Amino acid sequence: MTKEILIYAEVTRDNYIHTVFFELANKAQELAEKLDEAEVNALLISPKGLAADYREAFKNSGISKIYVCEDDRLKTYSTEYFTKAAVEIAKEVQPEILLLGATNQGRDLAPRISTALHTGLTADCTGLDINEKGQLAATRPTFGGQLMATILCKNLPQMATVRPKVFKPAEKDNIKPADIIYKTVNLDEIEKKVELLEFHKKLTTEINELDSAEIIVAGGRGMKNADGFKLLKEFADKIGAAVGASRAAVEMGLASHDMQVGQTGKTVTPKLYIACGISGAIQHTIGMDKSEKIIAINKDEKAPIFEIADFGLAGDVFEILPELLKYKALTEDASWKKLP
Amino acid sequence: MKIVVCIKQVPDTSDIKWTENNTIQREGLESVMNPYDVYALEAALKLKKSYDNIEITTLSMGPLQAGDMLKKTLALGVDNAILLSDRKFAAADTYATGKTIGTAIKQKLPDFDLIICGQFAIDGDTAQTGPSIANTLNIPQVTYIQEIISSENGELKVRRELDDGTEIVKVKLPALICMLQDYFEPARARINGIIKAQNSEITTYGLDDIGLLPEEAGLRGSPTYVSKAFRPEPKNTECVFVNSAEELAEKIQICKGGKND
Ligand SMILES: Cc1cc2nc3c(=O)[nH]c(=O)nc-3n(C[C@H](O)[C@H](O)[C@H](O)COP(=O)(O)OP(=O)(O)OC[C@H]3O[C@@H](n4cnc5c(N)ncnc54)[C@H](O)[C@@H]3O)c2cc1C
Ligand SMILES: Nc1ncnc2c1ncn2[C@@H]1O[C@H](COP(=O)(O)O)[C@@H](O)[C@H]1O
Repeated sequence: MTKEILIYAEVTRDNYIHTVFFELANKAQELAEKLDEAEVNALLISPKGLAADYREAFKNSGISKIYVCEDDRLKTYSTEYFTKAAVEIAKEVQPEILLLGATNQGRDLAPRISTALHTGLTADCTGLDINEKGQLAATRPTFGGQLMATILCKNLPQMATVRPKVFKPAEKDNIKPADIIYKTVNLDEIEKKVELLEFHKKLTTEINELDSAEIIVAGGRGMKNADGFKLLKEFADKIGAAVGASRAAVEMGLASHDMQVGQTGKTVTPKLYIACGISGAIQHTIGMDKSEKIIAINKDEKAPIFEIADFGLAGDVFEILPELLKYKALTEDASWKKLP
Repeated sequence: MKIVVCIKQVPDTSDIKWTENNTIQREGLESVMNPYDVYALEAALKLKKSYDNIEITTLSMGPLQAGDMLKKTLALGVDNAILLSDRKFAAADTYATGKTIGTAIKQKLPDFDLIICGQFAIDGDTAQTGPSIANTLNIPQVTYIQEIISSENGELKVRRELDDGTEIVKVKLPALICMLQDYFEPARARINGIIKAQNSEITTYGLDDIGLLPEEAGLRGSPTYVSKAFRPEPKNTECVFVNSAEELAEKIQICKGGKND
């Protein structure tokens, strides 16, 4: 029997397939090669009629099959319905491995599925591999990123969640038409006890900015106050960057929680991360140390942030940022010119 | 209303020291109440202030020393405290922890209305134990809660903070909720609370008391196990220090990918 790796295809509130699915699908191809050429398949839980539309979106993921549970009660995420649908399908398909994104939804859903299936779940993995015995070796940070642990699972499916942006999606088109396989799950007997009354969407300019930004300018306690963050924002706008923050800055009320980078915030991997007045505590760096290039500005030349930075300037951000604002980045290939 | 607050004692992760063999030095490591569980406890105490007939039980699974932490909760106005402590509970993963705590609640506090957990524990940071307890008890759960808005007619109204926005959600009790954070000052023990706490007893249960089998708890009852633990490789970059904003501007331009020379 062909082994299967099943990946949960989270549908966002705006009816997109969450990007983390494509990242997991790509990583899973690598795992599949080490697992007797296992099949990589998707698990989709959605309202009626959507699966066919999504087929196009799935083309790039390289998966073979989409197992679908369609029901109009599945329009918005509900722990109760989604757990039932996922558990029933997983019981039927019996995948070797089941992966989910460590999103709000994935973190709500995955532990319910694993408990119901009496299997293990490794959260927020930063590395996935198949060991010599054919087991999923899931590596994750613990103790706030200070210790890494590789975790194995005795039961099937071996489950893991991975944060968005930890793995990369397939680069070139890995086009493969997927078969849609409809599965019926009886949701009638579930008494729904949780009801969504209101939803207030964040402004679109705020969300996903950090997730998709090529450049991030992040501020910490060293930015001191609202004026400091204004300066930071001005600089970020100038170079076309999104603004991030350390937890200290969030706790001081200078930035909102969704701007926080780190263990209890977001994991980001921009081309360039510019840390301003951030000391570089491990809980912060774990969320940004995979950025392609890191630049740090800090008045303390011994600050740990410099240990992971490519370039550093030891000095006062309140002097350096206004100075930097005098240089104007023109188009992509132009060099910086000092304004008259 | 009967509330159970699940509290974990965790090592203070901001103060980790290493042995020569790159393992965590456990001796002398301070233990603290998991910060998110402080929020969970605060949320329960706030409900008790706002509504009549609320009884709070704090529950922890861990070594006997976690009893001291539970005693402190009694000083804050908690009514009862339960410690689940047994060698056979040791080294449990989130599945086994959820099962042990869930079973203990089913056995010893069957008429509970609300279980409050923290969203994460800072040592493991899995955010899995709450949902696992809820699944074991077959009750609904609501995660990522920033605020309990009200509790009426056997229903709780809460505010969830998610990456894409804010949800207001209603849940029928009994249920389990996970607290992300709330905006309040940590309560301080009142003097009479402290005196009461010193004279109070923590109820301790072991494996047999809650009717679990040895193969259902601790390491044996855990589907996952750690095969290797290691210290992360330090990033191999040598920071190049520049001396002026001008030089830095140039480096920024290069890193942006605009100019490669
Ligand atoms: C469980 C847990 C989870 C956590 N999760 C996160 C997380 O997700 N994200 C996160 O960021 N943190 C997190 N933290 C907190 C983390 O440990 C640090 O406390 C935090 O990152 C520090 O923020 P900071 O660097 O802005 O502040 P500080 O450590 O106070 O550093 C400020 C820096 O600014 C510099 N500075 C001051 N003034 C100036 C100036 N004028 N010019 C230049 N430099 C200046 C100082 O030299 C200093 O290095 C977590 C902690 C715990 C315990
Ligand atoms: N040993 C334990 N004793 C009591 N509560 C626990 C224990 N482990 C986890 N919890 C609860 O589950 C939450 C999430 O923990 P975790 O899944 O480890 O991130 C914590 O905030 C606690 O409320």
